[in-house]
Amino acid sequence: MRFVDEYRHEHSVVRLAEALRRSVTRDWTVMEVCGGQTHAIVRFGIDALLPERLQLLHGPGCPVCVTPVELIDKAIALAMRPEVVLCSFGDMLRVPGSRDSLMTARARGADVRIVYSPLDALRLATELPGREVVFFAVGFETTAPTTAMAVYQARQRGVHNFSLLVSHVLVPPALEAILSSPERRVDGFLAAGHVCTIMGTAQYEPIARQHRVPIVVTGFEPLDILQGLYMVVRQLEEGRAEVENQYSRAVVPGGNRRAQEIIEEVFCVVPRSWRGIGSLPQSGLGLRPDYAAFDAERRFALEASGVQEDKECQSGLVLMGRLRPVDCPAFGTRCTPEHPLGATMVSSEGACAAYYRYRRA
Amino acid sequence: MCLAVPGQILSISDESPLTRRGRVSFGGTVREVCLALVPEAVVGDHVLVHVGFAISKLNEDEAQRVFSYLRQIEDQEARR
Ligand code: SF4
Repeated sequence: MRFVDEYRHEHSVVRLAEALRRSVTRDWTVMEVCGGQTHAIVRFGIDALLPERLQLLHGPGCPVCVTPVELIDKAIALAMRPEVVLCSFGDMLRVPGSRDSLMTARARGADVRIVYSPLDALRLATELPGREVVFFAVGFETTAPTTAMAVYQARQRGVHNFSLLVSHVLVPPALEAILSSPERRVDGFLAAGHVCTIMGTAQYEPIARQHRVPIVVTGFEPLDILQGLYMVVRQLEEGRAEVENQYSRAVVPGGNRRAQEIIEEVFCVVPRSWRGIGSLPQSGLGLRPDYAAFDAERRFALEASGVQEDKECQSGLVLMGRLRPVDCPAFGTRCTPEHPLGATMVSSEGACAAYYRYRRA
Repeated sequence: MCLAVPGQILSISDESPLTRRGRVSFGGTVREVCLALVPEAVVGDHVLVHVGFAISKLNEDEAQRVFSYLRQIEDQEARR
């Protein structure tokens, strides 16, 4: 497929990996932020091509993984109401809440439907006027404009039986949290390319400057990731800390203005709590007062349950790049994709699931 | 979850700004995609598609950058 296959070309991958190996003269630790990149790295065996002195850490960029247990419980509570049809991306269904998952709730009779797009949920609301259709809005900046568009259209068209359970999170505050931690081990970042197609690159400038950390906006194919790593290492070796754009075929510095406008119209920045990590200030999006009528938490007066994550799961450490999945004592034994203890073992972009799938031998 | 897949716009069926829509081919598999977030994209363009929305138009010239970058690195090394 165009824009895919050429970036997997084996000979170029080998040449770029060799150039990267020659460029490293000291020990460096680089974090890829996005779970899609983690998945590609493990799937294509990119980590095996890296020089010994370059260590990769996997980052928090899996929205499914960081959605709080409490919100999953809320989604389940909503889905159990007879009038509600709960629509979700497929990735969320197996994620454990405090007792159940949406999958087990469905087995107990809840009307939970997998949708491919937020617009599918909106369409369902128009087709089922007697029901309340709630969309579980999970995702980073990449996904936010799509849910914003669905709500915007719902309001324009007067679709009143549609609402959102919002769990949108933002990448820059997570980078700040990782960099501010006393245990910081990260020397440089591969920033998430698709988040930047929406938001552009400017948000990362102050982070690179203040924390003296190179940030390279990077794509998702093997050649992209290797080039991104090469660019980060080159900055580190030369003592630079700048924002660079490897993924220029998809990302322009200003991002997607139309998408930013619709996000701005519907959402405002709010504090959010991240599963395994805790509450981060100004780290998420919530509906603006103008759109409060479409907020499922208000519409159904959902109460916070105050529940906590399973004690055994250490996904917070995994998400902050402080524990490798294979070093978790439960990995592959008490915790597997069939019986996950944490969300990072469920999502196709969770680091634990990526290791389980490609790296069990 | 931020998975986005490149595809080529085959046709545009709805041109109103809010509901702009068209058919996009992903290496032969065709899907209806919302084009409201890429008002500048036209038939023949490649776009990145995420959860049913085109989120960015792909730039054909920039797409070659990875390969020219690799040649540049190797040339620089050869000159050293
Ligand atoms: S292996 Fe399972 S228990 Fe361990 S951190 Fe990953 S998800 Fe949690």
